[in-house]
Amino acid sequence: MSTIGLYNYWIVFFLMMSGLYVVIVSTNLIKKIIGLNIFQTSVFIFYISIGKVRGGTAPILADDITLYSNPLPHVLILTAIVVGVATTALGLALIVRIHTAFNSVDEEQIYTSKDSRD
Amino acid sequence: MEHHIVLRVVAKLLIPIILLFALYVQFHGDYGPGGGFQAGVIFGAGFILYALIFGLQTTKQVISPSFVHGMSGAGVLLYAGVGVISLFRGGNYLDYSVLLSDPVHGQHLGIMLIELGVGITVAFVMVSLFYAFAGYRQIELRKQGSTKQNDVAQASDADPNGKRQ
Amino acid sequence: MISAHLPALQVVIPLLAAPACVVIRQFTATWLLALSVSWISFFIALSLLWQTFHLGTISYSLGGWAAPWGIEYRVDVVNAFVLTIVSGISSVVLLYAKESIEQETHIKRIHLVYTGWLLCLTGLLGITITGDVFNVFVFLEISSLSSYLLVSLGPDRRALTAAFQYLVMGTIGATFILIGVGLLYMMTGTLNMADLAQRIPEVEHTTTVHAGFAFLVLGISLKAAVFPLHYWLPNAYTFAPSAVTAFLAGTATKVSIYLLLRFFFDIFSETFSLRTMRLDVILLILGVIAIFSMSLVAVYQQNVKRMLAYSSVAQVGYMVIGISLATATGLTAGIIHLFNHALMKGALFLALGCIVYRLNSVELKDLAGAGRRMPWTMAAFVVGGLSLIGVPATVGFISKWYLVLAALERDWWWLAFMIVASSLLAVLYIWRVVETAYFKAAPAGHIKEAPLSLLLPTWILVAANIYFGINAVDTVNFAKRAADQLLGVF
Repeated sequence: MSTIGLYNYWIVFFLMMSGLYVVIVSTNLIKKIIGLNIFQTSVFIFYISIGKVRGGTAPILADDITLYSNPLPHVLILTAIVVGVATTALGLALIVRIHTAFNSVDEEQIYTSKDSRD
Repeated sequence: MEHHIVLRVVAKLLIPIILLFALYVQFHGDYGPGGGFQAGVIFGAGFILYALIFGLQTTKQVISPSFVHGMSGAGVLLYAGVGVISLFRGGNYLDYSVLLSDPVHGQHLGIMLIELGVGITVAFVMVSLFYAFAGYRQIELRKQGSTKQNDVAQASDADPNGKRQ
Repeated sequence: MISAHLPALQVVIPLLAAPACVVIRQFTATWLLALSVSWISFFIALSLLWQTFHLGTISYSLGGWAAPWGIEYRVDVVNAFVLTIVSGISSVVLLYAKESIEQETHIKRIHLVYTGWLLCLTGLLGITITGDVFNVFVFLEISSLSSYLLVSLGPDRRALTAAFQYLVMGTIGATFILIGVGLLYMMTGTLNMADLAQRIPEVEHTTTVHAGFAFLVLGISLKAAVFPLHYWLPNAYTFAPSAVTAFLAGTATKVSIYLLLRFFFDIFSETFSLRTMRLDVILLILGVIAIFSMSLVAVYQQNVKRMLAYSSVAQVGYMVIGISLATATGLTAGIIHLFNHALMKGALFLALGCIVYRLNSVELKDLAGAGRRMPWTMAAFVVGGLSLIGVPATVGFISKWYLVLAALERDWWWLAFMIVASSLLAVLYIWRVVETAYFKAAPAGHIKEAPLSLLLPTWILVAANIYFGINAVDTVNFAKRAADQLLGVF
């Protein structure tokens, strides 16, 4: 397969790197969570695309279907999506509490506040 | 929210259909695309839509937060409970074949109950997440006293992160 | 009949108890439930250890689906040993948790601590027991999410930012593991560990497998806080409630190190993971840097809890060195240090918890005179510290002994020397605490000794430090057997 033929991996690669970049670069905690989400989404797409069988249909039980896509990666990634939702919810909940405690959601402001330096 | 008559009417029409569709996705999951996760999210979304249109207080009267918390625990207990029942009936953990005398029907019943457990948990966890995030601001406001309410609103406007919402 | 289902019950009992805690809400009742469940898991783990040691590997297929298709729980000596460590530490620390948590956590949130605790225990036991790589990811996330929650419940507001940092790093680590699992699945079409081990040699030379391996190692190392991926650990340990710190320090990183062992030696062959991928050199260098730099950083800390956290990163370095040697003795040293480090860090953090309970501070300067005012607590700290240094008749000595032995086996005198030299750094930072606690005048005011309910569990762990330091036959036997099994000798 040519480089263009593997376009799904290029998309995954692009999303993964942009997600990680956002996590590393932004100081706003909410943006960090958004970056983390993009990063995780890239893995979801990766799993879904490896389950595709060329010419295969949806894996539904019917008489005239012989070739169907591999449903297992989809099921796996469903679990990972749920985990991702849980992580996002927990992250956002932490941000809400950080906002009440420090009155800011910006990392630089939080770490320069009075008691944050050791 | 009293003035949004279109929203209210449409929501009242849509919510029963959403909940019904969730039940369809839930119980038709054995034969077609669907299952507990998807059904739970749709079911939860129905309640969240209700809360968005009719307000958090009204929704909390419809399903109380303690009920929501209890149900999200109960779903997990149902899931794990099916596993324990199959232990007592002499199979391995989560072996549905032993649930009924006929293994095929046992498998059918087993996956139905398991997916129901998943669905209940997902639906009520969605709602409780919504309660937690939507209700947090009210708790905060109550703490600071109703007289300071305006100050808080102004403070959040001045907040650079508040503007981008 | 029930004994056949022990592998499932090991995970299911704490899993069932966790939602029950949310329903009960009353804090003493939830504590009692968590405590009893944890002790039940401990006895299950002990009996699994006995069974695997005498009768061989146990395989349990969930839902009755046979191994390569269904999820398999596979217990051998290696993970039975880790199961015992995790559930044992959790049980002892839970005995201690009641008073400590009630003081440090808001009363409305206490039941959440125990819910999180049980979920974390479920996750850690699940990672250890399962024979399915995707299941590893699921349990890893269960334990991680609940440990973020546990850290965030600490008394200081900085616990929140520490938990957030931990969440970001932990999620990146877990997602890396997920990518690695996906790449392996792409090449082999299986998720079962034993099945993977059979199929990987055919495709071992492909870039996909190399990339998958790299993602897995990176992700797990992040979770295990292998230097230099330890960024999240010091803050998380410093600001979590004392009992939680003792629990996490004794279990979370240990389970990740176990995963590394499992992937290096069982799923991939040791020639692939250590020789082909050159991880023997990389891990050795990182391990040596870790034991020196992190011990040095620990020497300069003013916060004793943070000091011990940095020391934990250094101790992970010793385990990594043991693994990188890839000989039976080296692995034995690594595995036995899993157990020994859990005991000593457990004891040290519990002693610190007693100090927090009375003095409400872990700053070094506030510890002045604590040796006279809280003699039993500080004595426990000193014994734990001696064990950390590696003084004979403590467990620390056993670990260091085997590690030095492994280094000498390869004729690496310089490594043996470095291991001993780095112990001297441990002397330095433990001495700073001892000096302040015993030789500085106490400030005015009366401070009582910690209550018995806190001292008793602390001293159980201290006694275990000494007992297993003198009578190391059993633990060494288990560790040796585990090492042989990993190397495929047994």
